[in-house]
Amino acid sequence: MTTTVATAATKPAKPAATDRSVAENRLAWKLVAPAVVLMLLVTAWPMLQALYLSLFRYRLTTPDEREFVGLANYWTALTDGLFWQDLWNTVLIMLVTVAVELVIGFAFAMVMHRIIFARGVMRTSILIPYGIITVVSAFAWQFAFSLSNGFVNGWFSWLPGIGENTNWFGDHWHAMFAIMVAEIWKTTPFMALLLLAGLSQISEDMLEAAKVDGATWWQRLWKVILPNMRAAIMVAVLFRALDAFRIFDNIFVMTRGAQETESSSFLTYRQVIEQFQLGMGSALSVLLFLSVLLLAFLIVKLFKVDLASARGEG
Amino acid sequence: MQQKTGVLHWIGFAAILVWCLLPVAWIFSLSLKPEAEVSAGSAQFLPKDATFANYRSILEDGDFTRALLNSFGIAMIATVLAVIFATLAAYAIARLEFRGKRVVLSMALAIAMFPVVSLVGPLFDMWRTFGLFNTWPGLIIPYMTFTLPLAIWTLSAFFREIPWEMEQAAQVDGATSWQAFRKVIVPLAAPGVFTAAILTFFFAWNEFVLAISLTSTTSARTVPAQMAYFVGPDPFNPPFSLLATASVIVTIPVLIIVLLFQRKIVAGLTSGAVKG
Repeated sequence: MTTTVATAATKPAKPAATDRSVAENRLAWKLVAPAVVLMLLVTAWPMLQALYLSLFRYRLTTPDEREFVGLANYWTALTDGLFWQDLWNTVLIMLVTVAVELVIGFAFAMVMHRIIFARGVMRTSILIPYGIITVVSAFAWQFAFSLSNGFVNGWFSWLPGIGENTNWFGDHWHAMFAIMVAEIWKTTPFMALLLLAGLSQISEDMLEAAKVDGATWWQRLWKVILPNMRAAIMVAVLFRALDAFRIFDNIFVMTRGAQETESSSFLTYRQVIEQFQLGMGSALSVLLFLSVLLLAFLIVKLFKVDLASARGEG
Repeated sequence: MQQKTGVLHWIGFAAILVWCLLPVAWIFSLSLKPEAEVSAGSAQFLPKDATFANYRSILEDGDFTRALLNSFGIAMIATVLAVIFATLAAYAIARLEFRGKRVVLSMALAIAMFPVVSLVGPLFDMWRTFGLFNTWPGLIIPYMTFTLPLAIWTLSAFFREIPWEMEQAAQVDGATSWQAFRKVIVPLAAPGVFTAAILTFFFAWNEFVLAISLTSTTSARTVPAQMAYFVGPDPFNPPFSLLATASVIVTIPVLIIVLLFQRKIVAGLTSGAVKG
């Protein structure tokens, strides 16, 4: 590393490289190196390993029968209905939970921003779902929806479609609903806090000016508040969407994938850990990684387009 | 008009409290229900006959207390190590000019979004080869790695706000470099480092995928993993009240941290994510 820094510094293309900046560069890399090396060792290297293993038929129970099969594992996965069913479940959970969280989280952020009393109490409460273990929250909701021991049926039996004997884990849509409720409960506070940070950066003068000019509450929301929070909303959506796409804990605890509620993460886990199919599992790992990458790319692109068009309009 | 918004605020306030606290109250109430009441089916919110018997039996369960010890040990060690590494890196990012800074930051961001399940297969394979499977370091190493991005982002945002000129001012006033660092910089940086530590601890305390994949016995299994396997004698009738009791016990540390440091946690969460 030292030699590359030294040669790079003597290149004529960088005439500004003084002794001081070379030393600074070297010190900085010494400080950053442990973190960078660790991150590469634990993520990049295993990912390459997965890429390699995905080309083999490799079952841990019969390691001697390892055999090179090329892209066959990918072909098997991509032509199997289960892969698409699980991907669809994952995408659906992501879309619904993020959309609902955005609305509820924004409402919470508005309340927290405006309220002048008991701010400490509210901050403490909102951090509880954020800090609580996902497995615990999943159990809490599983029990709440439980047929024999849950309070949901009793409390909400006046709603159409819910009765004393509604079995929330008996069919696909009910189970998906229960899983989404657990996910939304746990992660809305995070969304609300990120949106609150965005909200507090909007200048009060601007809102006051809009008010004086006769803008209604609705107009102020759509023309002043939301456009000025675009950066905060983007960060919140990006983080939460990628997090929701990786959903695993809730499904593991609440249904174990029964009633076709399996997610892509759960499928990958099941292949590797429960069935010891390291080759097939690795192919699924690579596909999952690529989906996350594509998703991140799409969200960033989508919002950039939005930003540009908004600026064009303005 | 003023009156109306006041009422709306109260409604919003009540809604947030109910949202956040109801499931917690529910799990606590369930933990007080006697096992007999639960296995007979008790669909009401409050226990008919509250008892702390579940707490006694769960704390006498050797597997659960061992899992609690594992959780504490692994989360603590991972937190300390991650914060040390992240502090070094964040200092360099906030204060020094170097080539590749953007690459390091983008890498951290990419890892924050990484699907952890993708690593389960290869890590399972590698850890068995290196003898790290089902050990504390086997979980500590990935936990450190996955919390580094958050810690680096939070800390570099904090460090950028520190008035570093004060260090030189102290030296001009006759302090040695070490004194200037100890007496001026450390007190200014400590809140940020502490916040990063809390967020890291939460992650390690919460983590589940790796905890069930990279352990096989109670020698390294953490509480979330142990709870997922805790079925009791009758698999068709899970011990709801015991699981609820275990849930309450593992939530206590979270509650204490949140009560004491709510302001710091909020600052850390938002500074890392919004100001970047």
